[in-house]
Amino acid sequence: MFAEIFSILYQFADVFAFLILAAAGLAIIFGMMGIINMAHGEFITCGIYVTVICVQQGMPLPLAQAIGALSAGLVGIALERTIIRHLYHRPLDSILATWGISLMVTQGMLLLLGSSWRGIGTPLGSFQVGDYTFSTYRLVLFGAAIGVLAGLYLVFMRTGYGIMARATMQNAEMAQALGVRTQHMYAASFGMGAALAGLCGALYAPTMTLIPTMGITFIIESFVTVVVGGANVLLGTAPAGILLAVVRTALNAWYGQIAGQIGLLIAVIVVIRLLPEGVSGWLSRRER
Amino acid sequence: MSAEPVLDVVGLHAAYGSTPVLRGIDMHLGKGEIVSLIGRNGVGKTTTMRCLIGLVRATAGHIRLRGQAITHLPPADRARLGIGYIPQGRQVFPRMTVEENLRVSQLAGGKSDPQMMERVFAYFPILKERRRQSAGTLSGGEQQQLAIGRAMVGNPLLLLLDEPSEGIQPSIVRMICEALKSIRDQLGVTILFVEQNLDTIMEISERCYVADKGTIVAEIGRQELHTSEAVRRHLLI
Repeated sequence: MFAEIFSILYQFADVFAFLILAAAGLAIIFGMMGIINMAHGEFITCGIYVTVICVQQGMPLPLAQAIGALSAGLVGIALERTIIRHLYHRPLDSILATWGISLMVTQGMLLLLGSSWRGIGTPLGSFQVGDYTFSTYRLVLFGAAIGVLAGLYLVFMRTGYGIMARATMQNAEMAQALGVRTQHMYAASFGMGAALAGLCGALYAPTMTLIPTMGITFIIESFVTVVVGGANVLLGTAPAGILLAVVRTALNAWYGQIAGQIGLLIAVIVVIRLLPEGVSGWLSRRER
Repeated sequence: MSAEPVLDVVGLHAAYGSTPVLRGIDMHLGKGEIVSLIGRNGVGKTTTMRCLIGLVRATAGHIRLRGQAITHLPPADRARLGIGYIPQGRQVFPRMTVEENLRVSQLAGGKSDPQMMERVFAYFPILKERRRQSAGTLSGGEQQQLAIGRAMVGNPLLLLLDEPSEGIQPSIVRMICEALKSIRDQLGVTILFVEQNLDTIMEISERCYVADKGTIVAEIGRQELHTSEAVRRHLLI
């Protein structure tokens, strides 16, 4: 009995980690700038490839993962400076531009790097509970997801950057009029969003075979979590992750993976119908 | 007018798209003056304020702050040079605490003077009581005090207030007027405010600029101001 309960909790933690890690970067960029970043999957892919390349060059995995996240962040800042900043307040144009970037990157990678790469293998082995065997690394991923949420809370609630970023999110014009250089806030936040996407890729790199289009593996869960969570990453992303992880874990356990995926999509449709601004919009309204 | 000029506006023009709104605004404010900008609805008062802080782009003319040209600077730079802006409707950050709202100006200006925060609490004690409360849950009068306090934390030379009495009960308006006079007397801050409320204009204005059709059509001095007919005439035209 204990083993079954542990198994369900383990699966919940696994799904929760995937949703949070995949969505955190997207949620920051959407919440801060209102930009729906269709190239989010490519930042994740960047994190994966850089991590794998670094490990294949003999670097320890944690260092390679840090470099993977940092690389995606730097690419994000470069992209913001060259393209995205010209598209603020033009949501449809930004969707089109980021989608175009996504297509160019995936096709470019297919041409340059080929259709698949050897992975690096999952570290840390496994452990057994009852009759079941579990990957230890998946628990690390759950810890990383909790760490990302805690880190975001600290950055946005306890630092000067966080106070100015939240002011910019709530009223960019007023923040400017008080002296906040909102362009810098946007660049830093886009970079942070991209770095978190890269971190997601870097953390999942050891669990996957590499293909240039692998960003798509994450993109549905990212968008579903952000839509359910709403624009406020602090208020919405964690509750959305918990809600969707419960739905998916339950359906996975009872009817299999496809039912879990369908359940996730049905959940997002129901939430859009009942809470058009997502969980964070609903919570903000209740506060007021 | 005081000898030391703080704000000089010459021939200021601005437009929304192809529609001109300001057609040559001229104003001069000296250090420590309290001046109102009055006129009927739609004559360009709020646009003038937004143009002074840089939220609306000037298409012609000059703005100088203490002699320094700021016409083409972005809003953040103008705030850092010493313009404190209190917009119509207050526009506090509703999902941040009172203290966080105040800290935005402090952090943005790079000025970590804890004394200014304490001074703001001295002018508006209610803000100290409610420092941990979300700004969105404050009353209109408290939000107005917060908006003024938030601008003050940036240590400004010039405060721009857009309709500070709008939607606020008269006793709180009087208290805010007293605080503004103290801010001017103690810190030498120059104050320009847009107002429709005759009592508020009479209470603290030393001069009035009268706007009509995007330009300044009259300037009412201290003597004339106190025969309220002159002001009333320009508000009710």
